[in-house]
Amino acid sequence: MTRATPPPAAFVATVAWLRGQWAQFTSLWRRSLQLRVVASTLALSSAMLLVLGLVLQTQITNGLLQAKVDAALKQATISRDLVKRELDRVDLATESTDSVRDKLTSARNRLASPPPGDDGEVAPSGAGTFTSVLVDGKAGGENLASSGPIQEVPVELQTAVLQDKFAHKITTVAREPGKVTMVAVGVPVVTPSRTLQLYLLFPLSGEQQTLQLVQNTLLLGGLLLTLLLAGIASLVTRQVVTPVRQAAEVAERFADGHLEERMPVSGEDDVARLAVSFNEMAGSIQDQIGRLEEFGALQRRFTSDVSHELRTPLTTVRMAADTLHDSRADLPPVLARSTELLVDELDRFESLLGDLLEISRLDAGVADLHVETLDARAVLRLAVDAVRPLAATSGSRIELTMPDDEVDAELDQRRVARILRNLLGNALDHGEGGPVQVRLGADEHAVAVLVRDYGVGLRAGEQELVFNRFWRADPSRNRRTGGTGLGLSISLEDARLHGGWLEAWGERGAGAAFRLTLPRQQGTPLLRSPLPLPSGRAEPPPSEVAMATVPPHSRSEDVEYPH
Amino acid sequence: MSAMKARVLVVDDDPALAEMLTIVLRGEGFDTAVVNDGTKALPALRELKPDLVLLDLMLPGMNGIDVCKAIRAESGVPIVMLTAKSDTVDIVLGLESGADDYVVKPFKPKELVARVRARLRRTDAEPAEELAIGDVAIDVPGHQVTRDGSQIALTPLEFDLLVALARKPRQVFTREVLLEQVWGYRHAADTRLVNVHVQRLRSKVERDPEHPEVVLTVRGVGYKAGPP
Repeated sequence: MTRATPPPAAFVATVAWLRGQWAQFTSLWRRSLQLRVVASTLALSSAMLLVLGLVLQTQITNGLLQAKVDAALKQATISRDLVKRELDRVDLATESTDSVRDKLTSARNRLASPPPGDDGEVAPSGAGTFTSVLVDGKAGGENLASSGPIQEVPVELQTAVLQDKFAHKITTVAREPGKVTMVAVGVPVVTPSRTLQLYLLFPLSGEQQTLQLVQNTLLLGGLLLTLLLAGIASLVTRQVVTPVRQAAEVAERFADGHLEERMPVSGEDDVARLAVSFNEMAGSIQDQIGRLEEFGALQRRFTSDVSHELRTPLTTVRMAADTLHDSRADLPPVLARSTELLVDELDRFESLLGDLLEISRLDAGVADLHVETLDARAVLRLAVDAVRPLAATSGSRIELTMPDDEVDAELDQRRVARILRNLLGNALDHGEGGPVQVRLGADEHAVAVLVRDYGVGLRAGEQELVFNRFWRADPSRNRRTGGTGLGLSISLEDARLHGGWLEAWGERGAGAAFRLTLPRQQGTPLLRSPLPLPSGRAEPPPSEVAMATVPPHSRSEDVEYPH
Repeated sequence: MSAMKARVLVVDDDPALAEMLTIVLRGEGFDTAVVNDGTKALPALRELKPDLVLLDLMLPGMNGIDVCKAIRAESGVPIVMLTAKSDTVDIVLGLESGADDYVVKPFKPKELVARVRARLRRTDAEPAEELAIGDVAIDVPGHQVTRDGSQIALTPLEFDLLVALARKPRQVFTREVLLEQVWGYRHAADTRLVNVHVQRLRSKVERDPEHPEVVLTVRGVGYKAGPP
């Protein structure tokens, strides 16, 4: 059994390093078009060159071998005739083995140095040098006489030649030094007495050298060609990629708000067309944005003009109505009642006008946030105090729960107070006289206020609708706050302006809950709210005893708080 | 009953509103005068010496902000602006140009009268009181603030603000408390009033307004007086 040993630290480090390199490479691979094109070119061209090289090498090898074999066969025919002539007068059958061997050797010697003259024929130089083996194979047994390295002749060839066939075979034998591949040709030599076997062994060392040279040339050429192709691919890609990268940079700067940014146009090629199209697009976007900005400025001025033009006469009407209202005791009942209606409806008209202007400011995107670091508890306490008279009218009890520690947050007091007043007013309006729970929660990043009532609640799907402009849960219900129907829409926008959330939950008969979540520091994104929004089947209203009620100003303040 | 009626100068271009303002203010026992053009505001101020100016910010002839600055340049008379805009920038601009308080149109007559009264309110028969913050001496009944014998000119509002802080040297005042004590708001209102006027006060009483020694900021809470 081998014990499993933990991998050594160096190995772990190496693996980590490799991983890092790999991650770097993959990221580069994903980002660089040039790298991908060059790599693909490299891979494809090397594959192609490999195949081409293999085919070429096979062709050349086959051609060389064929030529060698052809030459060898020719040489064998000539040699056979020569040996035949030499041994024509020898009766092998009667002579002793030794004598035969001598004869064979002398015949072989004749092959090695053929007399230049007999019939004017010279051994053709195409086959190159060879070793000959002459065997009196048919004698068999002890009478077997041979001359030359018979052990180098393959057995299959010997068998074939013994059957009087003209055969050849490529073989490899061990010689000093190393192995030698050769073409062995076997040919039967018919003499008057007996048929002999002549074998010629042609070493292929020359051809092998040639092949080696060819191989090296192919390899070197292929390598150079591949590198050259990679270089070309890199160069060509750069031609395309560089303008694309430039375009990307220009587009990024454009997206960052530098609307004057344009691509340089040179020539009339595809890149130039890209540049022209991009510039046209940029111009059109710039125009659009300019128009929108103009529109925004117009909207802003309009909003402010409407504000002034409407409010001045409304102020006069308001003051006149209030003056009438103050002296309504002196008026006949019909006129007195009319004055009351006039004043009430003026109130509504005023808040509606205010809300409409606020909404139009928010829509125009001209509303700005003025945050200061405030104790969220103080803001909430003020909002709760502001609605206490309303709570007294509706008979609802407001139960306020807040942390003991200061909850500092960057808030726009006016907007946050408006949201809270709205949520509290809604809860009292729809709370049916039940308790209204107000909780303040905070974590490191966010502060949340949950306003929960146990009134009529919301139907399924109404959670989204409540934020719609002029949406009313039940138009027939009488309203205490005289809401304009814009309150929650404005609250939602106010929350968004802070980078916060305003969410609703509700269930028919179980009440409703609104949760405001705001970041404690402007610019930090909200991930979750410190307070949970009720979900599913709601819990019943808490019993009076179990609920810890925190009356306002029950805690010592940092400063004296005059009442 | 005070022996003399307080005189309010109404600067407003809208004749209907100006007349209505007159009716309401007269009904409340004020003496009123109306000018309907910004350029006429200064001559009227010099001639009538009003106790308070009610100034509409949107005026023909001369911008309300400029009128405000011009008045403030030669008088510490309380200025209450009437503004149709609740946009922060306009209100802060108005306060920075010297207005003591503001009312956003449309307002209720009672609201306006409360603002006017708050600015005119002068506690009669104040005890002889000498206060000091650092090297700044405050003569409360004489309405004079001096540093090293040289007088510092403050508007009545700035004076009230400084006195409120100086009377309780160790106490930190929240903006809401100051709004109530100095401006007379019963419910928390716009705390920008306090911020702007503290800046104005500092620009007059501090040696280096960037490093205040008389009116100190207590981060996250409010303001307090510097060491006496």
